[in-house]
Amino acid sequence: MIVLIVNGARHELDIEPETPLLWALRDEIGLTGTKYGCGIAQCGACTVHVDGQPVRSCSLSVGDANGTAVTTIEGLSPDGSHPVQRAWIAEDVPQCGYCQSGQIMAAVALLKAIPKPTDTEIDDNVTNICRCGTYPRVRAAIHRAATNG
Amino acid sequence: MGHIQPTNLGRRDFLVASLTAAGGLAIGVSLPGIAGAVPLNAVSPGGAPWDDAPPSAGEVNAWIVIEPDDSVVIRVAKAEMGEGVMTSMPMIVAEELACDWTKVRSEYASANRNVREQTVYKSMLTGGSSAVRASRPYLQQAGASARARLIEAAAKRWGVPSADCSAANSVVTHKASGRSLNYGALAGDAAKVVLAQEPAIKTPEQFTLIGNSTARLDTKVKVTGEAIFGIDVRLPDMLYAAVVTCPVPGGTVKNYDAKAILGHRGVQSVVPLATGVAVVADRFWRAKQAALALPIEWDFGAGAGTDSAQFRQEYRDALKGPLQNAKAVGDAGKAFGEGKVIEALYEVPYLAHATMEPLNCTVQLQPDRLDIWMGTQAPDITIGLAAKTVGLKPEQVYIHNCYLGGGFGRRAINDELVQALAVAKTVGKPVKLVWTREEDMRHDRYRPQAAISFKAVLGKDGMPTAIQAQTAVGSIMQSIKPMLDFPMGPGVEPLAVEGLVNMPYAIPNLKVDAVLKNTHVPVMFWRSVGSSQNAFAVESFIDELAHEAGQDPYQFRRKMLEGRPEFLHVLDMLAEKSNWSQKMPAGKGRGIAIHESFGTIVGEVVEVAVDSKGTPRCERVVAVVDCGHVINPRNVEMQIESGVIYGLTAALYNEITVKDGQIEQGNFDSYQMVRLADSPKIETYLALSGGTKWGGIGEPGTPPIAPALCNAIFAATGKRVRELPIRKTNLGSA
Ligand code: FES
Ligand code: FES
Repeated sequence: MIVLIVNGARHELDIEPETPLLWALRDEIGLTGTKYGCGIAQCGACTVHVDGQPVRSCSLSVGDANGTAVTTIEGLSPDGSHPVQRAWIAEDVPQCGYCQSGQIMAAVALLKAIPKPTDTEIDDNVTNICRCGTYPRVRAAIHRAATNG
Repeated sequence: MGHIQPTNLGRRDFLVASLTAAGGLAIGVSLPGIAGAVPLNAVSPGGAPWDDAPPSAGEVNAWIVIEPDDSVVIRVAKAEMGEGVMTSMPMIVAEELACDWTKVRSEYASANRNVREQTVYKSMLTGGSSAVRASRPYLQQAGASARARLIEAAAKRWGVPSADCSAANSVVTHKASGRSLNYGALAGDAAKVVLAQEPAIKTPEQFTLIGNSTARLDTKVKVTGEAIFGIDVRLPDMLYAAVVTCPVPGGTVKNYDAKAILGHRGVQSVVPLATGVAVVADRFWRAKQAALALPIEWDFGAGAGTDSAQFRQEYRDALKGPLQNAKAVGDAGKAFGEGKVIEALYEVPYLAHATMEPLNCTVQLQPDRLDIWMGTQAPDITIGLAAKTVGLKPEQVYIHNCYLGGGFGRRAINDELVQALAVAKTVGKPVKLVWTREEDMRHDRYRPQAAISFKAVLGKDGMPTAIQAQTAVGSIMQSIKPMLDFPMGPGVEPLAVEGLVNMPYAIPNLKVDAVLKNTHVPVMFWRSVGSSQNAFAVESFIDELAHEAGQDPYQFRRKMLEGRPEFLHVLDMLAEKSNWSQKMPAGKGRGIAIHESFGTIVGEVVEVAVDSKGTPRCERVVAVVDCGHVINPRNVEMQIESGVIYGLTAALYNEITVKDGQIEQGNFDSYQMVRLADSPKIETYLALSGGTKWGGIGEPGTPPIAPALCNAIFAATGKRVRELPIRKTNLGSA
């Protein structure tokens, strides 16, 4: 039995330990805000926090995540009011929106580690793919959250 | 486990399904913890409508529902794939409706209703950057008509002439008596009003909402994870399917050994498809793992053994003729006898769409009803395809369009739907079929490969007196014909030569020829279609001519655009905003390109830095746009940024190559994307020419970026890039 604490709620899962955390979140627990984009740790659409650290959940097995506390986009705030979400709204970042959960989770982790990141620090830490090219607004929103957060 | 038990779902949206009295399946979005309410000035997480409930009493017309609390639902008959229609379409309606914008919600229009009610929503296809251009007049009319009927309803209630009443901000007022009524109190009556005459719609100078930067309504649900994409749909008792398609496009399955995987946990069945197999399981991960483990023997078909080097040679050879003439002005053949001839060959590869959300489709098939959840760019066409595939009438098909995790043309043809239906017929339960990223990249319908040759002769003043352009390229219409049979006019397929036949420059003798040639690799619309390769060729060649003539590339273009004031306006603003006349330091260069597509002129200047190893870095892009008028300026900026980065990714990195008939790239490790670190600073300026011009905006930002970048690289290094992607050309000093 795999035990995960997801957004504060305990889940016991009877699944293969090699199941990627991504699919456990989406198909077992029903939290579909975390997205599948590549499955090989390339795109970051599946980014969640595991014990506070940003992780590409497609490439972490639930066996290895057993006993950890996971935060997904749904757990960031009850109503979209997290400072990073507010900055995202103010800058009108999303287009199709598919990559945005991952972008936001990466940005939240960055701002926790480096409260006032430089452009280079943003470049180095937020490496998620956005096929809609929202990068200029992602950058602006991170700076905004750093200033207002 | 109870994976579909609501108790396990926390705050997240999930779908509840129940049988209606009529036996149909009513599907709604339930929002535990938010009491089911969709906030105002927003969209519903699922896009809605996800049921076929009868129209509510406040439905003033098919586009507009006004609730007693004054909230206004505006229906959108296009697909939201990032281009912003969930906001721009309602803005057009609200402009005329004179409603309080903060009380507007937008939701998808029902494609099933479009079938039942004689295309009440017109074409639901989203493509060709046409959403605003095509639907603005009838959306304005829908809003104006509703406003007139709200006024009429109020006038009747007060017993006064409607001419003495006016509407603003969701309130109808009778000035003389000081009486007023909110829209919410009038909607039911307004719905029954028959107007003697439809009101006139506003002209652009009367707009008050249109033209103002407006926050997108779909932002909130996209920062909370609430937005439901096709891949997020969950139905009770649903099974998952993963597919394996023949690695050589067009090939088929000879044999497979289902026994090898049927014992795997959760695996239910293996379903043969036209070009592959689907593995069905109780979870997607299990289906996918089993699909990878399934032994399959293929019949690779006609494409077996081919490769990209061979295709490249074939496209070059095709240019030797015979070619079909697409345009002829003057006598180019004669002009080539009289001066210095300059020639160049430009080559571009196949490109994948690589939408962020891989293709997927969920279906529930019943004897007399089919429900489909997916992201499609054309729900009306999708209904027709689905009905034909399963043998139902179109009005028995309900499509619940979701938010599209990117489209770029790919979601206009629904290969994934046909597969999902084949599975659903076999398993008798709701099925969600999902393509892995690898399936998505290897079984795309690609931007065509092409070889484009240019030839010019320069007059004494250095200006070209003749240009001949010839393209060898795949036919999109031929390739998509089995799925989507558009009637074709005579002459050369316009998609092959767009950007060539309409090059804006004054050239006394111009000839454009084409030869259309397909391989086994399917091709389709890819953001900006023919302009994606033809703008690269035209604008690179013009730069080569300027260099040959010893002239500044901006001034050189200027001279050839003298009769085209709109182009000149864009070009001049571009030169100004980009500081064109300022010299760049060593190792850096500036490049310019201008191109009209989908009714919009976009000029772009790129600043590039090329390091000693020859790696280019696009540092700044200045874009100037003339789309005539603009609905939402902020969204125009976003779309230009998006188009630039999409084109930049392709120009720098992307090519789909073939080896042994198979697509070599399968994921983002072999098909690289521009990321934040290599994303340039992008500035967008509007040079709106107004008048009757309404240009598109989703695609026109893409065509100029590749040539502007290559021209900048030439300015920085003296090296001319004639083949995309750029990384294939050695730009280093070695
Ligand atoms: S899905 Fe995990 S990084 Fe792409
Ligand atoms: S917003 Fe579409 S992929 Fe990022």
